[in-house]
Amino acid sequence: MIFEVFRQERKGQPFAHAGTVEAPDAMFADAWAREQYGRRGESTALWLVPRDAVHRITDWADEFDLKYRRVDGYSIKERLRIARERAGTTAPGDR
Amino acid sequence: MSERARRLLEIADDELILGWRDSEWTGIAPTLEEDVAFSSIAQNEIGHARALYELAAAELGSDPDALAFDRAPEEYRCAPFVELHLLDWAHTIARRYLYEEADRVRLDVLRKDDDAELAGLAAKIDREEVYHRMHAEMWAARLRDEPRFRAAVDELWPYALGMLEPALRPELARRTGLRVESTQAVERGEHTPELEELWNDMTEVRRSVPGATW
Amino acid sequence: MDARTEQFLGYVQGGGQAEATDWLPDEYRQKLVKFIEMHANSELMGVLPEREWILKAPTLQRKLALTAKVQDEVGHAQLIYRVAEDLGKPRGEMLADLISGKAKFHNVFHYPTKTWGDVGVIAWLVDAAAIISQKALLKCSYAPYARIMKKICWEESFHILHGRDVILALMTGTDEQRELVQEALDRWWGPLMQFHGNPIPRDEDPMYVWRIKSQGNEEARQQFLEGYVPQIRELGLTVPDPGLRRDDDGVWHYTEPDWDELKSVVTGHGPRSQDRLAFRARFLEQEKWVRDRLSSNGVLAA
Repeated sequence: MIFEVFRQERKGQPFAHAGTVEAPDAMFADAWAREQYGRRGESTALWLVPRDAVHRITDWADEFDLKYRRVDGYSIKERLRIARERAGTTAPGDR
Repeated sequence: MSERARRLLEIADDELILGWRDSEWTGIAPTLEEDVAFSSIAQNEIGHARALYELAAAELGSDPDALAFDRAPEEYRCAPFVELHLLDWAHTIARRYLYEEADRVRLDVLRKDDDAELAGLAAKIDREEVYHRMHAEMWAARLRDEPRFRAAVDELWPYALGMLEPALRPELARRTGLRVESTQAVERGEHTPELEELWNDMTEVRRSVPGATW
Repeated sequence: MDARTEQFLGYVQGGGQAEATDWLPDEYRQKLVKFIEMHANSELMGVLPEREWILKAPTLQRKLALTAKVQDEVGHAQLIYRVAEDLGKPRGEMLADLISGKAKFHNVFHYPTKTWGDVGVIAWLVDAAAIISQKALLKCSYAPYARIMKKICWEESFHILHGRDVILALMTGTDEQRELVQEALDRWWGPLMQFHGNPIPRDEDPMYVWRIKSQGNEEARQQFLEGYVPQIRELGLTVPDPGLRRDDDGVWHYTEPDWDELKSVVTGHGPRSQDRLAFRARFLEQEKWVRDRLSSNGVLAA
C-alpha cells in the first residue's frame, strides 16, 4: 500500500505533504515513516494516509463571473475619493 | 576493575558489537524503507554504548573511544550472541527480537539499581528501546510462520540465554515462550573467532596511525 | 512537435510545473523517467563505496556520522524511486535494469575507495559536486521531483560539513594523515571533473530545454570550481591539474577531462562497476523472500 505522508514541523503549523512510503500495513508504515521523516527531530507530528483514502479534486466550473466573492472584485478607490471630497475630509495619512 | 565498571563494560560492549553488526545492513536491507529504519536502530545502539562507556571511562580514567577501540579482543566483555556474523535477514531479525527481549529483562533490573547514575542511564536507554521493541515485534509477527525465522530463533536461543546472568533467564524464557531447562546456554567469557575478525576491521584505520585524532 | 506538446514546452520554459496527474508529452515523460531513474540508481549505488568505511570508522562519532550519511543516501534513493514509480515504472523493474546494466548510475560510484582519505574527499567534494546538480533540480518542471529535492538538499548540507570536518581532522593531524588526503584527491580529481558531464551547450541539452534542470553542465562545473578550488588550496592541498587556472573574467580553465573514460565508466566498465552491481544483486536475490512475505500480492519491491 502507498501511504501519503503529511508532516507538521512545529506545533501550530499546518500539516504539509512530505512524500510517500510503500508499506504492507499501517504498522510498517509507522516504523518506516517515523524514520524517513523524523529521525532528525525535524517533525513534531506525522499523518499517514493510505493513497486510496485520498479523494482528489482538480477541477471547478469557471463559467460565470465570481469576482464578487473575492477582494479583487471590489474597487473602492474612486468612490472613496469622491466621498471624501464631498465631506471635506482628507485621507488619514494626509493629516 | 570494580564490579560496576565490569557490568558497564559488559552492556556497553554488547551494544557496541551488536550496533556494529547491525550497521552492516546499511545499504543492503531487504527494502529501502526498512534500510533507513534499521540503520537508526544500529546508530541508537552505538549511542547507548557511547553513553555507557562514558560512565565506565570516568571510573577507569579513560575515554569512550579508547574503551571502544583500544582494548585487545580478549578484553571485551560482550556475549558471543552479539559477535555472530549473521548477514541474512532471518537470523538478523531473530537476533533483534531475542536481544530486545533479553535487554528489556536486563534494563528492568538496572532501572531499579541503587546507583542513581546507572539507573538514570538505564531509564534513558529504555525509553529509546521502546521503538526498537515495536520494530522487532512487528517483524516477529510478520515472520511468525516463516520456517527460516523460526529455525533462526531456535538456533540463537542458547546464545540469547547466555547474554543474561542465570537468575534472569527464567524471565526471558517466560517472555519468549522458549525453554530454559533443556537448553545449554552459550555463556559469556569465551569469545568466538568472529570477534577477532570484527575487531581487525573495526580498528584497522584507528591502528594505522596510533594516537592520532580523526 | 504537435501543438499540445509545443504548448507544454512553452509552459515549462515559462516556469510552469506539472504534477503526476497532469498530461505529459511522451518525449518529456521518457526523458524524465530516465533521468530520475539514473539519479535514484546513483544514490543506491553511492552507498556501496562508503558503507565499508562505516565498519572501519576510527571513532564512535565518525562511525555514527558516516552511518547517518549513508542512511540519508538510502533515504534519498527511496524518495527518488517513489517519484519514478508514480510515473509508471515499478521499482523491481528499475532494480533489474540497474543490475543488468540497462540503466546507468553516475561515474563517481564506479571507483574504488582505498583509504579513510577517500571517506573525507567523497563527503566533502563529491557530495559538493552532487549538491550543485541537485540545487539545479529544485525548480524542476516536474513538481513531485522538485519537492523531494528540497529535503534531499537539506540533508546533503550535513554531509558536506561532516566531510569537511573529517578532512580538517586529517589536515591538522600527522604527515601520514595529510598524505591520505592529497593521495585521495589525486585519484578523485579526474572523476570529479567528469561528474557534471560534457560541456554540451545548455540549449542543446534536453534536460535544460524541458526545464528538468535549471542549469547546463558547464555552468555546474564552473560553480564547483569557483566554490571548492579555493577551499582545497587554503588547506595546502594541490589540485592535480597543472592546467587549472581562473581567468580575469572569473572563468575557470582546466585540462580537458577524459570524456572517453566517462563514457566507458558509466556504461559499466569502471574499476568497481561489475563487482558492485554483483554485490547489489546478491543481496536483492538473497532477501527476495522477505519482500514476498511483506507483500500480499507480490508487488512490494526492494
